Amino acid sequence: MARRHPEPLLWMLFSAGGVVSGMLMPILVLLFGLAFPLGWLTPPTYDTLRAVLGNPIAALVVFSLCALSLFHWAHRFRHTLYDGLQIKHLNEVIAVVSYGVAVAGSGLAAYLLWQLA
Amino acid sequence: MEQTTDVYTPYHPRWLRPRVSTYWWLQKPAYLRFILREGSCMFVGWFTVYLLLLLDAVLEGPLAYEVFLAWSGTPWVLALNVVTLAFVVFHAITFFQAAPQAIVVRLGRTRVPPRAVLLGHYAGWVAVSAIVWFVLLGV
Repeated sequence: MARRHPEPLLWMLFSAGGVVSGMLMPILVLLFGLAFPLGWLTPPTYDTLRAVLGNPIAALVVFSLCALSLFHWAHRFRHTLYDGLQIKHLNEVIAVVSYGVAVAGSGLAAYLLWQLA
Repeated sequence: MEQTTDVYTPYHPRWLRPRVSTYWWLQKPAYLRFILREGSCMFVGWFTVYLLLLLDAVLEGPLAYEVFLAWSGTPWVLALNVVTLAFVVFHAITFFQAAPQAIVVRLGRTRVPPRAVLLGHYAGWVAVSAIVWFVLLGV
């Protein structure tokens, strides 16, 4: 049986993560990273946020954002270490660690959102 | 460019071409832009961690949420998020700019112009941001 190379799948995850994080992160960083802490806007109350995260569609969006962003990070991180810093002999270790982090983080996001449902 | 060295390094092939400096990306503005674009992934990663911490706080209860909000206002977190905002905006722009080259949309036999694919991404970005704002703030 021909061995399928995982690269196309990993690239798809990277690409999807790039689009999802590009669409959602700027507004989320602006709100949760700057506007709420600096008091420009009143943060949502605990009950509002809890209700939003309890909504299945919102939970799915937040899960996709977390999981795909982590795979996006893993892919770019691996390739930048390879091409940018030319750390070539550790390629396999770096791949296992970065995609491992992405899998673990996705699992954590799923667990937290499941508990919040 | 550095000279080829004869030092034996395990795992490496013997280079038949001059070695490229590890800091090749500092040599031209275009190279630096490339590495900054690639480096934006570290800030995407950091903000994902930040979101996971927020989810954990909400799961724990109202008090933990207050603690999270207070922590998000500490100087180093604020400073990091200012830099993060710059990088995620840079990431979004560069990623959407590349989209027309990666996605070929066809309607029947005609190809949708790349410019329309680009504008579609920007329209999506605006719409998604507005929805997030509305869901969280209700206005």
